[in-house]
Amino acid sequence: MKLSELFQRGEFVVTAEVGPPKGFHIEHLLHEVETYLKGRVHAINVTDNQSSVMRLGSLAMCKALKDIGMEAIYQITCRDRNRIALQSDLLSAALFGIENILCLTGDHTTLGDNPQAKPVFDLDSVSLLQLVGKLEAGTDMAGNPLDGEPPSFCKGAVVSPCSDSVDVQLAKMEAKVKAGAQYFQTQAVYEPEKFIKFMEKAKQFGVPVQLGIVIPKNAGMAKYMNDNVAGIHVPPEMIEELKRDKEKTKAGITGVEISARIIRECKDYCQGVHIMALGWESKIPDILKLAGLEK
Amino acid sequence: MLITQLKSKDTIEALAKGKVFIINCHGCKEVYFPEKEADELQKELKAKADVTEITTRDYICNPENLRLQLKKFEDKVEQADTILVFSCGVGVQTVAAYLEDKRVYACCDTCPLPGFQGVTPLEFDCGQCGECYLNYTGGICPITACSKSLVNGQCGGAKNGKCEVDKNMDCGWERIYRKLEKLGRLDTLKYPTQVRDYSRPFKEEK
Repeated sequence: MKLSELFQRGEFVVTAEVGPPKGFHIEHLLHEVETYLKGRVHAINVTDNQSSVMRLGSLAMCKALKDIGMEAIYQITCRDRNRIALQSDLLSAALFGIENILCLTGDHTTLGDNPQAKPVFDLDSVSLLQLVGKLEAGTDMAGNPLDGEPPSFCKGAVVSPCSDSVDVQLAKMEAKVKAGAQYFQTQAVYEPEKFIKFMEKAKQFGVPVQLGIVIPKNAGMAKYMNDNVAGIHVPPEMIEELKRDKEKTKAGITGVEISARIIRECKDYCQGVHIMALGWESKIPDILKLAGLEK
Repeated sequence: MLITQLKSKDTIEALAKGKVFIINCHGCKEVYFPEKEADELQKELKAKADVTEITTRDYICNPENLRLQLKKFEDKVEQADTILVFSCGVGVQTVAAYLEDKRVYACCDTCPLPGFQGVTPLEFDCGQCGECYLNYTGGICPITACSKSLVNGQCGGAKNGKCEVDKNMDCGWERIYRKLEKLGRLDTLKYPTQVRDYSRPFKEEK
């Protein structure tokens, strides 16, 4: 099912995110999905070689999720493929019945584990969204007609609401909306007041936004993100909270409490939540319960 | 070796708003400049727009040289609403940085030819992409100022105004946005989605 149908019905859309393994053995991942996510989230994002680290492909993992009855969101970046490969993969996604995609520019190759690779960036998130619109209208990017019924996707994009240059991000968000974005997932939010302020400006675009959550695992992770991850700022009092009771934090309880609290404070201002557990999929049920989002 | 080609007459005429000051650069021997075509186009432009000066200089890519060469035109430059630059991409960027409060527009696309690339100062760089974007981006080149050469705005990788690839490098799109903000021209960013044409400059214009 397309996420757009859920948004139109007024559902508060809950999605999670999994990163494929560096290998092709997915039994463990599928087990986590069956155990902790099935029946609790509307759909699952599959990352596309996230952080430019080479892994199993997003498209294949999406197909595997569809096969166990989960709705998949195919993340597709412009880092590794030119427009010919991107179009071809989108048609492959349509063949597999994948209906939801998330269009990204992608991290630079130098950030990953194969930094010698050629960065492609033939297209970017905006022109990729526009390209999908063209495929849906029945032609490829150059205007050559497709055979048969064209594909149809619910097209998503991302935005950084707590970026230190949020105005530049809003300009890009507007370009993405114009290029056809039907929903947004955000970078991780740790400052609800900043997110709410952002939403006041973003609501003019009339496109649903899912609040991004990255479960804070410990103070070290929070500090690392502050120093290294764009668009993320964990405030000092939250880092103190993670330090206060080491055992509680280690058991994941503090991270769950913080995540649920952020969702509760923001949920009246957005249309869904997207939880990036980074291996802590087992904590998602507790977060949803505490946030009052249990299905 | 570089080749500069004129942008289309329609494009250039659309840029020529208000009082127009035109700078040609006939500096480098390494750059082929379409002198005759530029001259004809500028004559036509003079009949249609309020062109206050057409000056042909050399090595405007050298900021100090540029400053000295524009000195005698101080008043006209000050009064101009638009500065049209007929030069390679480096020249346009140097003028745009020097006259940072002015609307400085590129009238040429710069294409590469194999071989010696000419002597350019380190401060600016032209990707010789053959479809100059400087008119959309406040005279800051997105091809060379952005690590990903993005042409539709900032990615999610900038932190504290710096690029995800190098913490010492300013985010090109942050610079572009701030420049346009300063010029009161953020509306420029609402241009249609751009897709680069990698068949240039090997394609015959229709």
